[in-house]
Amino acid sequence: MSRVPTQTHDLIKDTLSNYKFGFKTETKPVYKAPKGLSEEVIREISRQKDEPEWMLEYRLKAYEIFKKKPMPEWGGNVKALDLDNIYYYIRPQDTEKTDWNEVPSEIKTTFERLGIPQAEKEFLAGTGAQFESEVVYHSLHQSLKDQGVIFESTDEALKKYPELFKKYFGTVIPAHDNKFSALNSAVWSGGSFIYVPEGVHIELPLQAYFRINAENMGQFERTLIIVEKGASIHYIEGCTAPTYSSESLHSAVVEIIVNEGGRCQYTTIQNWSNNIYNLVTKRAFAYKNAEMFWLDCNIGSKLTMKYPAVYLLGEGARGEIQSLAFSGAKQHQDTGAKIIHAAPNTSSKIVSKSVCKDGGRGTYRGLIQVNKGATGVKSHIACDALLLDGDSRSDTYPTMKIEEDDVAIAHEATVTKIGEEQLFYLQTRGLDEQEAASMIVNGFAKPIIKEFPMEYALELTRLLELEMTGSVG
Amino acid sequence: MKIATNPTTENSINSHQRPTMNTLEIIDIHAEVDGQKILKGLSLTISSGQIHTIMGPNGSGKSTLCKVLMGHPKYEVTKGEALFNGENILEMEPEERAKLGLFLGFQHPIEIAGVTLGNFLRHSKMAITGEKIGPVAFMKTMKAKTEELGMHRSFIGRGVNEGFSGGEKKRTEIAQMAVLEPKIALLDEIDSGLDIDALEIVSEGINKNFEQTNCGILLITHYQRILNYIKPHHVHIMHDGRIIKSGGAELAQELEDNGYKKYV
Repeated sequence: MSRVPTQTHDLIKDTLSNYKFGFKTETKPVYKAPKGLSEEVIREISRQKDEPEWMLEYRLKAYEIFKKKPMPEWGGNVKALDLDNIYYYIRPQDTEKTDWNEVPSEIKTTFERLGIPQAEKEFLAGTGAQFESEVVYHSLHQSLKDQGVIFESTDEALKKYPELFKKYFGTVIPAHDNKFSALNSAVWSGGSFIYVPEGVHIELPLQAYFRINAENMGQFERTLIIVEKGASIHYIEGCTAPTYSSESLHSAVVEIIVNEGGRCQYTTIQNWSNNIYNLVTKRAFAYKNAEMFWLDCNIGSKLTMKYPAVYLLGEGARGEIQSLAFSGAKQHQDTGAKIIHAAPNTSSKIVSKSVCKDGGRGTYRGLIQVNKGATGVKSHIACDALLLDGDSRSDTYPTMKIEEDDVAIAHEATVTKIGEEQLFYLQTRGLDEQEAASMIVNGFAKPIIKEFPMEYALELTRLLELEMTGSVG
Repeated sequence: MKIATNPTTENSINSHQRPTMNTLEIIDIHAEVDGQKILKGLSLTISSGQIHTIMGPNGSGKSTLCKVLMGHPKYEVTKGEALFNGENILEMEPEERAKLGLFLGFQHPIEIAGVTLGNFLRHSKMAITGEKIGPVAFMKTMKAKTEELGMHRSFIGRGVNEGFSGGEKKRTEIAQMAVLEPKIALLDEIDSGLDIDALEIVSEGINKNFEQTNCGILLITHYQRILNYIKPHHVHIMHDGRIIKSGGAELAQELEDNGYKKYV
């Protein structure tokens, strides 16, 4: 039997704060750029990283695009985000380490509190840990290195594999894609670079963990994953930050290429503190018979705008996006999924579930596009929202652009308000109102949670329970 | 009145010895929902080892009585008392009443998507008994209880009432009763929506539970049919929020022959 909510009820009661990752670490960064964005800041980032000239030019060009593009008028409210009040680059240590003992002790302790070295020992094939702007620690099993797998911070990859890097960087998400992809392209730092050679299956997941520590920090990791023919990978990212009264910004760009017959699963467990603007662009290209699976869990943040996309570019390619969002007080999760069917006999599946409580807001924004010539397309979309009280809000904006006749598309959407009758039923069986509500939420989220590796499924179940503490309905 | 002197136990989980006597005393209870008066002075005492049946036409307040006794938040008690072993339960939360040993078998059991029956019931059992029960031991009990009720054990792994037929839901209610071993069970139209075979199985389940635990049962029904299988000690006719006539098992037969008209 799987785990259930009340098991950890005592733990919940003992937890003083709902957010257990909100602790701060005192650090001595080796470099901290002044607040705000300017050409000088960008030049300094590039100088600190000792980058090739083309990358500096790329950054500066992106900065020009960023300045020209207006802030998005749709989605969540970004008006309160003061881009001049953000640190765009903080370098926490001199160089990236491959031994935890060489990482400054306060940073190492931080990741220990987050359970990273433990997870690395137990069930990961490789681990990256980013603190502020830079990856401070990186590892990969020797057996995978021997098979030609590359797993590096994106900065290291630019140095070590310049040609491979240049071939793919910015090809899936160009700088001009949107305001925040332009920003990321201008100031990117850290993130993961992964190359899986033809036919190599990575059995255990690779994980990268992103920790924001400073107040008003901007974290702009850049991730690029290339899966060659018939290869497969499961990459997991986790994110947390301390709780501050003023805003921080996390704006990542993730580009993925899955070549013929390859498979990529990208799992996100985002648990930002409630002062983070999380404005992320994620997109994958899937070629012939390739498969891309985004599994996306969004707990926390002040505002998240994130719509993982799969472009199905080769015949028989498959895209799947499953997402779970939890919005509490003063939070808005504006999330969704985009699938572009650009080749025949491609298929896609979208499952989106959102839970809103205490006035939280959840939005599903989705796009299914079937291009001319993409015949025999199949797509299934299911969006479910669970509202725990009358103050919370859920909206669904599905968009379909279908240019072919020979397609099978099904779309289902439900909004459910947690019911007095459901709570009463569970209460007559001895569970108190909070346990009952927690059980209902976990049951609602379960179809997505069971997609996660076991260790994370347990963690997620527990996180949802923590989110559920406090008033209900 | 029948008192089982030595309740049989089958395994480690269902091994709690009951105190010999539990009593639920309902005294002149008045209750309303949305400003509408439904219960208008109902009194009834149910004790261990007794099966009471309340019969009555639609709208007489039978289901309301169950909900009021279990503490549904929509129903307001305006007058009267309900005492469980002398303690007033009307200010208690539903879960507190469940922990005392009250159980309600729902007329319309509620679906809880994604929460498996086995999981839910294990936590329910732990909440009620205050004792930890391992999933393996619990699974054994669950399997036995569901099979007794003619349910495939795969039900244990399905979402609570999720996609269950009407009959399956009712069997599940009785399986829950069998696992939770209440002291006083209120069964609200447990016979509705059951075909004759299912009715027999559900009735057997109730009888077995009654014999094993010596609980008190309040059986609410429209029809005499279930009384072919479950023999009540007391039959009450309810109308317009009150009990208007009480008698022994023979009263049910009279009702069957004459209809409610004679009494209301």
